Amino acid sequence: MYRYIIRRILQFIPVLLGVTLFTFVLMRAIPGGPFDFAGDRSLPPQIVANLEAKYHLDWPMWKQFTSYVIGDDIFGWEGGSRGVIRGDFGPSLHFRGQQVSDIIAVTLPVSAQLGFMSLLLGIIIGIPTGIIAALNQNTWIDYISTFGAVFFLSVPNMVLAPILIWIFALKLGWFPVATWGAKPPYLLGFLPRLEQLNADYFSHAVMPVFALGTAMAAGFTRLTRASLLQVIAEDYIRTARAKGLRERVVIGLHALKNSLIPVVTILGPAFATMLTGTFIVESIFGINGMGKHFVNSIGNRDYQVITGVTLIYAFVLVIANLLVDISYAWLDPRIRYD
Amino acid sequence: MAVAEISNTTEKERSLWEKSLARLMRNKIAVGSGIVIILMLLIATFAGKVAPYHYAEQDLLANNAIPEWMLFLLPEGAENYANFSDAYLLSADHLGRDILSRTIYGARVSLVIAFAGATVSLLIGIIYGMISGYSGGRVDSMMMRVVDFLYAFPFLIVVILLQTYFKAIARRGGGEGFGSAIINLNNDLGGMLFLFIAIGLINWIGMARIARGQVLSYKQMEFVEAAKAIGANDTRIMVKHLLPNILGPLIVAETMAIPGYIFTEAFLSFIGLGVNAPTPSWGIMISEGVQALRVYPNQVFIPAIALSLTTLAFNFLGDGLRDAFDPRQIDV
Repeated sequence: MYRYIIRRILQFIPVLLGVTLFTFVLMRAIPGGPFDFAGDRSLPPQIVANLEAKYHLDWPMWKQFTSYVIGDDIFGWEGGSRGVIRGDFGPSLHFRGQQVSDIIAVTLPVSAQLGFMSLLLGIIIGIPTGIIAALNQNTWIDYISTFGAVFFLSVPNMVLAPILIWIFALKLGWFPVATWGAKPPYLLGFLPRLEQLNADYFSHAVMPVFALGTAMAAGFTRLTRASLLQVIAEDYIRTARAKGLRERVVIGLHALKNSLIPVVTILGPAFATMLTGTFIVESIFGINGMGKHFVNSIGNRDYQVITGVTLIYAFVLVIANLLVDISYAWLDPRIRYD
Repeated sequence: MAVAEISNTTEKERSLWEKSLARLMRNKIAVGSGIVIILMLLIATFAGKVAPYHYAEQDLLANNAIPEWMLFLLPEGAENYANFSDAYLLSADHLGRDILSRTIYGARVSLVIAFAGATVSLLIGIIYGMISGYSGGRVDSMMMRVVDFLYAFPFLIVVILLQTYFKAIARRGGGEGFGSAIINLNNDLGGMLFLFIAIGLINWIGMARIARGQVLSYKQMEFVEAAKAIGANDTRIMVKHLLPNILGPLIVAETMAIPGYIFTEAFLSFIGLGVNAPTPSWGIMISEGVQALRVYPNQVFIPAIALSLTTLAFNFLGDGLRDAFDPRQIDV
């Protein structure tokens, strides 16, 4: 097991390097640069050239890339980059004077809080609904939850978010229309501070979390139902019933654990969907998170922010996938990695 | 003898398809969804005839025009600022363009993406997966390593970056030869060509995995051995014997993936990386509608309903297909 984990972690290196290289090269190949405009005016070519020289965009591509990944000091180059491997994502090209690491430190916690709460909502609503639907197969409870699941899977968050805002913020006035309740500094770098965990924080969070979490809940419902139905039909469940175990024990101890294995599988993709969702939900709700920042920096051609944020996303994804694979082995002892 | 055996397998295979089709026809929701999709396809094809206006036709005096019956959607006090007009059945947007017509034309983008994305990813996925699975051995493990490597990529970000690149290239235009021909074609299509290249290029990976798995399970079977025995070459075996057998699960998987393509297109359009203005897309319309949400919430609802209805139909159809083509289904 440990060898498997170490091997998987070693496999991260080419993937993350590939993602960085792809983003790095593609962004620089796109016509238009970060210094094309200052506000509404375009800058004269000399100033653009000076700025590019200052940020070393005039270096050959391989040198820029090496400088970005490993750092300048190792090779004795004149730039100040310490390299991504030592946590230096470089300066932002659009918000001049700001470091990408600082931007990430402010925006990532917001996205993480939003994403985590949505995932939690998805699990809390989705899995129990799926179980109830499966245990009442072919009754109206089952039909309603199955239909509801497909319905909420089909309504994208860019539709759900404005509808929620219209009903609950504009018509009923229950929740604020936009923004996020917590501000830096964060507890442990990503959690809202305790004194911020008040009604205001949650009233800001309710709608974005629902906009992101319902589709996830629907996915969990569908999968839990299908998986539990399959497990219930297995021989060992019949055996458990035949030896006189109570139904609660049969379902709770024997069936549930095994039926959760496929559910765990979609946690990885669910994570990816959630990241996608944050782009939209953060723009609609005006939340200053990493997704909104990423989308804006594409328009600004802010190479450093785009590469940095992409790298963070890729990192989160590979870690999520690894955790999913590890939890497999824990849930199903038949699965052995070597 | 061999001929008889082959014709026998195809006949058995066809009856399997027929059984699945019969099962599908009994699923009322799936049939209804299929009808909705066909209707939408017809509306999209004949958008020029169905839509009351052209999608780019604008009347600045009618900006944000709204028919009176929609007043209940607006916030309180709207009767003081609203521009009432019955000329637009489902209101007009901030440039005075008919929202109903734009939604009808917008169906074109979503449906073309749905089918083009599916075709591109299915084609690449089938070819890649079949070659990988059929070759086996070192070729297979190399090809699957590439797939695993790509699988770890954050898809959506790759699509975003590719599309940013394509759009910037297309905006600059020019060039000569093949490149400029492609760019011109893309601009004629309102920017759709690059959109489905980007979407199809990313989504073949899942299909390749399914195709490979299916080939692995079929290639040891007797009918493949029989075909080999009578001297059929590898290409013939793959196309004539394996492909018909593995197509069912692939089509089901592809149908289930279509809502994802529609979402991706809407998403890209929403963040300004979709089709070129003034070509309407539901994603662009929703994005514009969200900006007017406080004053004219009606503008976001029409494209939002269209988008949700379409993905709902594809999801129900996909579910129906999966149930119908699942070999574990017991035929009653």
